[in-house]
Amino acid sequence: MASILAVDDSPSMRQLVSMTLRKAGHDVHSAEDGTDALSFAKEHGVDVVLTDVHMPNMDGITLTAELRRLPSYRFTPILVLTTESAQEMKMRGKDAGATGWIVKPFDAEALLRILDRVLEPKRN
Amino acid sequence: MSLDLDMAEIHAIFFEESAEGVDVMESGLLNLTPENTDIETINNIFRAAHSMKGGAATFGFLNISSFTHGVETILDEMRSGQRDATEEVIEVLLASVDCIRDMLAASQNQTEADQGNIDSVQQKIDALLNNKAPAAIKSQPVKKPVSASPAVPSRGWKIHYAPEPNIFKTGNEPKRLLRELAAMGDMSIVSSLGDDADFDSMDPESCYTSWDIELRGDIEKAAVVDVFEWVSNQSEIRIEALHKEDADVPESTLAASTEQTDAPSAQVVAAPKQAATQSAPKDSGSIRVSIDKIDMLLNLVGELVITQSMLARFGDKENAGGDAQGLRDGLLVLERHTRELQESAMQIRMLPIGASFSRFKRLVRDMSTKLGKKVELKLSGENTELDKTVLEKMSDPLVHLVRNSLDHGIEMPADRIAAGKPETGVLHLSAYHEGGNIVIKVSDDGAGLNRSKILQKAIERGIVAAGEVLSDDQINNLIFQPGFSTADQVSDLSGRGVGMDVVRRNILDLGGRIDLQSTLGQGSTLKIRLPLTLAILDGQLVRVGDQVYIFSLLSIVETVLVSKGQISKVVGTGNVYRLRDDYIPVIRLHEAFNMSSETLFSDSEEKKGELLVVVESDGKKMGLFVDELMEQQQVVIKSLEENYLPVKGLAGATILGDGNVALIIDVPGLVHSIDMRQLENAPQSSAA
Repeated sequence: MASILAVDDSPSMRQLVSMTLRKAGHDVHSAEDGTDALSFAKEHGVDVVLTDVHMPNMDGITLTAELRRLPSYRFTPILVLTTESAQEMKMRGKDAGATGWIVKPFDAEALLRILDRVLEPKRN
Repeated sequence: MSLDLDMAEIHAIFFEESAEGVDVMESGLLNLTPENTDIETINNIFRAAHSMKGGAATFGFLNISSFTHGVETILDEMRSGQRDATEEVIEVLLASVDCIRDMLAASQNQTEADQGNIDSVQQKIDALLNNKAPAAIKSQPVKKPVSASPAVPSRGWKIHYAPEPNIFKTGNEPKRLLRELAAMGDMSIVSSLGDDADFDSMDPESCYTSWDIELRGDIEKAAVVDVFEWVSNQSEIRIEALHKEDADVPESTLAASTEQTDAPSAQVVAAPKQAATQSAPKDSGSIRVSIDKIDMLLNLVGELVITQSMLARFGDKENAGGDAQGLRDGLLVLERHTRELQESAMQIRMLPIGASFSRFKRLVRDMSTKLGKKVELKLSGENTELDKTVLEKMSDPLVHLVRNSLDHGIEMPADRIAAGKPETGVLHLSAYHEGGNIVIKVSDDGAGLNRSKILQKAIERGIVAAGEVLSDDQINNLIFQPGFSTADQVSDLSGRGVGMDVVRRNILDLGGRIDLQSTLGQGSTLKIRLPLTLAILDGQLVRVGDQVYIFSLLSIVETVLVSKGQISKVVGTGNVYRLRDDYIPVIRLHEAFNMSSETLFSDSEEKKGELLVVVESDGKKMGLFVDELMEQQQVVIKSLEENYLPVKGLAGATILGDGNVALIIDVPGLVHSIDMRQLENAPQSSAA
């Protein structure tokens, strides 16, 4: 299945996302802030990036913009996890190059449903 | 697909990180003053609140998430410069932190939070937010990516979709959107190339295509709108009802319907509500360990594997009897690595005391304000590491000592000036290593103990007989006596007795001790000495009959050879031995543990005397007869409570090198029980 990088400074959210995705059969890597995620992304390719917005060291918006500057991440789906129901944060994400967003709070089903949008269907 | 995740486990993580988040908020707020509003501090506090709100909403603790929302809004205004960090704001935020902590604890332990207090703080938050639509704060509208507009069935939809050329660069793929639409019903597509698409100048990374789609089926418009949610601002999208007979649905552009979608949905999205069925334990039970410590451990395990293979050679029959020197070398290396491995494993349980110390900033701030005193809190040795269990158990006693210092030690500003001292008192918390122990000191430059008043009080309470002569230390230690001074407030000394016996008891239970130094008019210092760890003991092995017992090396004062005649019987007290100027109670371990006497005297009879191990706990000595002193070694303590039953007089057990179980003597417990017996039977102490 897909290889997914989950970025969140909160251990419980990381755990929720990782466990959900692993149960669904994905290969999950996690990072606790933007800096951490960026250095991982530079070393490894992933199919999808899920990132929180507010994080120490480097926030999710900056991370998105930085990832888009890497040649291998120009077209990679990047989804921003946001609690902001306001349009503003979503638009800031889009401006930085995010593919879309997942509004918190979400449950496991919602996460997988939204993720399905950016995953290539199984071949064969 | 089954998605029943172990929510109890994730909840436990959430509670742990939230507890840390609350601490981050609190210490951040304590560093904030109207004069000093460091933006990074505010950002930190904001992030902690924000994470907590998100987590609480996700895990179904909606009261916490809605309460934290108001707090977060205030912090957001502060960090964007729309609100100043006034005393009032900081005060309200600190009160909010207490509420959040309370609600977290209530959720975790499934108890009730103090709703009255929460409501009153909520009102203060609302007032700060300038009555900005309190309803919006109370029930935080969580947008569901589904329109709240009434469901409008239709025979289908005619969709025009023309993305901007740079659509791929956000990771969006029109083909995936089309795939999603195709899954909804019966679809036919006509694609067309844009007018400006000139094949020679085409950028292969741009999109020049647009699509006209007919999607047939009983599909809600909202579902179609939803598919285009992420690309609506980068595309031209028109959605029209497919058949004109369904024209009761007004034609509309996506922009209009997006606004509808954004209206707060009536039903708040319910986060997964599978609350943990079994209540989470109060202690987190988990520990955060720095990578360095784990690397160290892994490294040592690696070394051990090498040593093992080195030694394995000697197990080979072919090598047997060969290289004795090599075997000895190997065993030496093994010994070193085993010891280092043990030390590293112990290190994992060690946490810096700093987190514990910094909580006192709040306590000092609140109490000194309440008491009208000026106090500066000094911290040192925050990086000193302590066993996690010791640290947790020291928390309450330390709070008690700090409170006492603030309440009864440090004087009012006017009194301080009158006494020629600086107006602001200093409370100093420090931690450091001393020998094999950790020392925690609580000192103040306050009034100190008034010994004559303490003595007078002790006599009143019947703790000390009138006319008895006590040393300064003995008088100081009276405040640790149970029942010393509780109720009435007499000048600056009373109250120091409140629960001081409990504080001392807790410290003794941890295998530590507490000493007090005090100078009238200059202040007091309480010095707590604690063992580095509870898991390992420096033990002295002794033989009693055919059994091996272990004493904590720290508890042993000396060992003396005693002839039978030197033991005298004292009515009501049992046997005593005169050790220089003191009479100390002695007991025979075989009697105390009901061992058969046959095994006992068989070889000790021949001796000229008996071995008496003199032990001390809490300043009191006693003697224990043993048959033989054996070697000293570090032993790993195994709990009797967990593996068998608690046994009076024993602190635990361990397994010796030969595989036998040896019991560890509970010296403080034995001393305490003798002490009790004396108190019951013979009120006079044997002090010289």
